[in-house]
Amino acid sequence: MIRVQEAAFDVGAELNAFTTRVAGAGAIVSFTGITRDVASGDLQAMEIEHYPGMTEKALGKIRHEALDRFDLTDAMIIHRHGRLAAGEVIMMVATASRHRAEAFKGADFLMDYLKSRAPFWKREVTGAGAEWVSAKDSDEEALNRW
Amino acid sequence: MDIRYFAWMRERIGTGHETVETQAGTVAELIEELRARSEAHDFAFSDLSAIRAAVDQDLVEFDAALTGAREVAFFPPMTGG
Repeated sequence: MIRVQEAAFDVGAELNAFTTRVAGAGAIVSFTGITRDVASGDLQAMEIEHYPGMTEKALGKIRHEALDRFDLTDAMIIHRHGRLAAGEVIMMVATASRHRAEAFKGADFLMDYLKSRAPFWKREVTGAGAEWVSAKDSDEEALNRW
Repeated sequence: MDIRYFAWMRERIGTGHETVETQAGTVAELIEELRARSEAHDFAFSDLSAIRAAVDQDLVEFDAALTGAREVAFFPPMTGG
């Protein structure tokens, strides 16, 4: 399951629904991404732009790649866009497998690819103005692990 | 052909979408044509190492062919997650 949305979502409810859908899997790993405050502590908002159409296509590909590479029963991705406050949930992934090692690896893979292969761009709005978040070289290098 | 821009590419060029007539065979050739459209375009495309491209919503390298392409997008490296 892939979902791209502006609205907030309930991580617990989503994880419970996923758990029900993959009944019998044995292991579920989930990751939740939260809007982090800036070093100066005055983040007013995190604005997330995306490329409608390509976002869904890219997330679908990343999910399928994870299902192919690891022994996963299922995988889900929810990612928000729009204007978020510090501390809000941005996104979550969850993987289900018969074995926990594969579920952990699958979730790690999803996160690495999602960071630099899904068309989202973050901009931090502070008292000093708005600034696009730069991609890190380490994000690109993380893909070499796989 | 539909051209889309996102994040600071959109801001530098001043629009998120434009339609162009082009005979460009590759993304690199298209970039050269776009740079000639205005000073803003030229500036936005000045550092190609900071730009990524997608053809019909698939990430591609700049030497990718444009045969049959309907939509080409340009944007900075992605920062999801």
